[in-house]
Amino acid sequence: MTTSEDFSLVVNGSHRSVVDALPGESLLFVLRERLGLIGSKNACEEGECGSCTVRLDGETVCSCLVLAAAAADREVVTIEGLTSEEAVLSDVQQAFLDAGAVQCGFCTPGLLMAVDALLDADDEPDELTVREAISGNLCRCTGYGRILDAVDRAASARRSQVTP
Amino acid sequence: MTTLEAVSRTAAGPRIGESAPRPDGVPKVTGSFAFSSDLHNDRMLWGGTLRSPHAAARIRGIDVGPALALAGVHAVLTHEDVPGSPTYGLIHRDQPVLASDVVRYEGEPVVVVAADHPDMVRRALAVIEVDWEPTEPLVDPELAADATPIHPDGNVIRRVHLRHGDQTVADRQDLVSVEGTYEVGMQDQAFLGPESGLAVPDGDGGVDLYVATQWLHEDRDQVAACLGLPDDKVRLTLAGVGGAFGAREDLSLHVHLCLLALRTGRPVKMSYGREESFHGHVHRHPARMHYRHLATTEGDLVRVEARLLLDGGAYASSSSAVISNATCFAVGPYRVPSVEVEGVVVRTDNPPCGAMRGFGAVQTCFAHEAQMDRLAVALGMDPVDLRLRNALEPGDRLPTGQVITGTLPVAEVLRACAGHPSAAVGPDDPMARPGGAGRTADIDDVVRGEAVAVGFKNLMFSEGFDDSSSARCVLHRGVATITCACAEVGQGFVTLVHQIVGEVLGVDEVVLAPVATTSIGSAGSTSASRQTWMSGGAVQMACESVRRELLARVAAANDVSVHDLVLVDGRIFSLPGGGSGDDYLSIDLSLDEVTAEPVEADVVHRHAPTLPLDADGQGDAHVSFSVSAHRAIVDVDPDLGLVKVVELTTAQDVGRVLHPLQVLGQLEGGAAQGLGLAVMEEVQVTDGRIRNASFTDYLIPTALDMPPVEIAALIEQPEPGAPFGAKGIGEPPAISSTAAVAGALRDATGLDLPRVPVRPDDICLASGSALDEAD
Repeated sequence: MTTSEDFSLVVNGSHRSVVDALPGESLLFVLRERLGLIGSKNACEEGECGSCTVRLDGETVCSCLVLAAAAADREVVTIEGLTSEEAVLSDVQQAFLDAGAVQCGFCTPGLLMAVDALLDADDEPDELTVREAISGNLCRCTGYGRILDAVDRAASARRSQVTP
Repeated sequence: MTTLEAVSRTAAGPRIGESAPRPDGVPKVTGSFAFSSDLHNDRMLWGGTLRSPHAAARIRGIDVGPALALAGVHAVLTHEDVPGSPTYGLIHRDQPVLASDVVRYEGEPVVVVAADHPDMVRRALAVIEVDWEPTEPLVDPELAADATPIHPDGNVIRRVHLRHGDQTVADRQDLVSVEGTYEVGMQDQAFLGPESGLAVPDGDGGVDLYVATQWLHEDRDQVAACLGLPDDKVRLTLAGVGGAFGAREDLSLHVHLCLLALRTGRPVKMSYGREESFHGHVHRHPARMHYRHLATTEGDLVRVEARLLLDGGAYASSSSAVISNATCFAVGPYRVPSVEVEGVVVRTDNPPCGAMRGFGAVQTCFAHEAQMDRLAVALGMDPVDLRLRNALEPGDRLPTGQVITGTLPVAEVLRACAGHPSAAVGPDDPMARPGGAGRTADIDDVVRGEAVAVGFKNLMFSEGFDDSSSARCVLHRGVATITCACAEVGQGFVTLVHQIVGEVLGVDEVVLAPVATTSIGSAGSTSASRQTWMSGGAVQMACESVRRELLARVAAANDVSVHDLVLVDGRIFSLPGGGSGDDYLSIDLSLDEVTAEPVEADVVHRHAPTLPLDADGQGDAHVSFSVSAHRAIVDVDPDLGLVKVVELTTAQDVGRVLHPLQVLGQLEGGAAQGLGLAVMEEVQVTDGRIRNASFTDYLIPTALDMPPVEIAALIEQPEPGAPFGAKGIGEPPAISSTAAVAGALRDATGLDLPRVPVRPDDICLASGSALDEAD
């Protein structure tokens, strides 16, 4: 089988070279199977569930719908890059734990990426705005109640950080 | 310190009744938690499955040659390569590992392949040549019983005929009677973590399988039988589970992975895509149900008759237990002196059906609650008052003749739920109206409806099943290591273990050993709302045994009576006035000190035994019961058929709250699945073929579909025999929620709506509706 030309990705600030990939490999597949970044999830691999959500040049995308080679040399941020330091949780991660928003956890990384992007744009979203912002992220365990509570907590944590 | 106050609680560790943090929480929010699809081995191959494109066909031949000839393909296996039992199954082993001469449903596995890369697997599957002879599929469950058998075991998987009380009252003419026929569509569990796993050959004829499942030991037994290997050659370890809801109680890729690993001598990974997942696990049974209720003019139920027909699909799975549940709980949590229910589950060429949250009680709840609303109209009674008047109480008999000896607060959940003030606001914001972001519903067209429903089911396995869970507690240098094969699927059993150890031993350093078939005996299935009771109870027993032995050890070493010793928050004290006879705590030892030599206990926990049902469906077949009520408020645009569930309110019988946040999570999450079945979720099957095997076409509730869930009450009446008095809470939220939403839609539209999910055209194209008449 023909492999694509080697390329490199900028993932969580680091250059990672991708060697011998097949041309059709998605960004999700390369992150998970070639770079060992398993945090982005594969619940549908058809762009419907949001579990593979990453930031690509700042925008949230379903990494299952992005060809890996098309992301070459662009900034990719995955759940593993949500915090700069290991062992320190971000406001959104901490809020998900405190609110009981994590059950099986399969939707969690994608939701954390979506909520982080929402709060970057709007740190005081009303409830309908939050519901719409996360409506592309399916969760089968929680019924979303604790997740909405987590977003409230994270938003107020973020506001208290940016307001002196 | 001279008084007992000295030994009052000081530790900060998790205890029963507190919202303790999940021990797997941090890895789940940082992305490092390894689910079964995250497994990796540098030498691994990828596996894939060729499935039948036909709902029914004969296989005249299979040519795997073209696939084997491809570079990068390492194995292509058919039924001829299955060395042991050619079939598997949860209760009846009737399902082929790989089809040989016939296929009985679309998606049935026929060939499995291992190759270097998933793309190579796809290419290999594409060039395998199967000589199919399609046959007419049997797809109508009504015809199945009398049709030519499609399987050597016949087309009737099980028939349960329940007769209770005086059957002659059926002919009384002085009673009010209501009749109806109801249908429930096929629901998918739609867990997010796809079926996946990694099999690693041990080089000595055995294999290790890392897989997401609900019941490790049962899987091991079935896999070993199919591989023709002794149990100790097949070792299963639980991989991270991305939700289950019943769909992981049956095998999926387990045997296939092991066959490929043993053949190639390499680790093999397999991970289904979403389309394959829809074909790769069992679904909730579609049901057709006919009911007749007879009541006095005062509103006392006299008799309920029901005929239940469940479509089991091509293979038996747990169908025989599902139909038993549907039959036993067919009339709902009501006192009914005379009952006749015929429950039948049949085999067809439709997708196989089996366990899903609620397990037979969901379908019948939808029907019996529709009947209660209809009866209330016929009697001119308030529907909640009618339910309260007939509500079961402890001491009453079920239609199976079993007397309720534990708690069952039916009236309490109904009153709490119906009386809870609503916080629902009007549909002023177009985003919050039916149709949502489509912004198509005009506010003047929106009508609101409201209804209350109640449902119940059994906790734990029934009908004489010898149900148990094993646990081991080792306390060494103050650290408790707990081994239990209970599958954590997201529900939070791992949190509960910390709480139980903290409660019984006062130990906050708790290690959970890996969950594997080699480490301990079975914990039974993570299903039937049973693990808090069964495995929670096993962990509690093991900890209590360690506690007794510890106190005996300290008593012997210090020459005091065990009755003069207490263990509090990780320290052992002598009681004032005991032992030495003075008022001082002469003994004050840390668990660290007294467990330099480990203390260990191995236990097996069983619930009280149950009995099979007799020929009339009578017998003490169940252990315990739990009841829940939901109130739904909905907005409908009848012209467009669009629906918005505005609010769900619930009250549930929980025995005792062990972890407030996890209880809330179960109640909200279960209600969402119930809402999904009411208004959007259906595996659409035409001529035996699934038309919507994707999350594009099979819709589950999003954050915009799901309303707030108000908790009116958690009824805490400790259940005798249950650890800490707690009942399992996972299933009831998915039972009465569907019925409540459907009832509210009837209230809003005036339509009968005898089928869920209620589709837009069921509303906007309905003829002869009350609204039409009003026009």
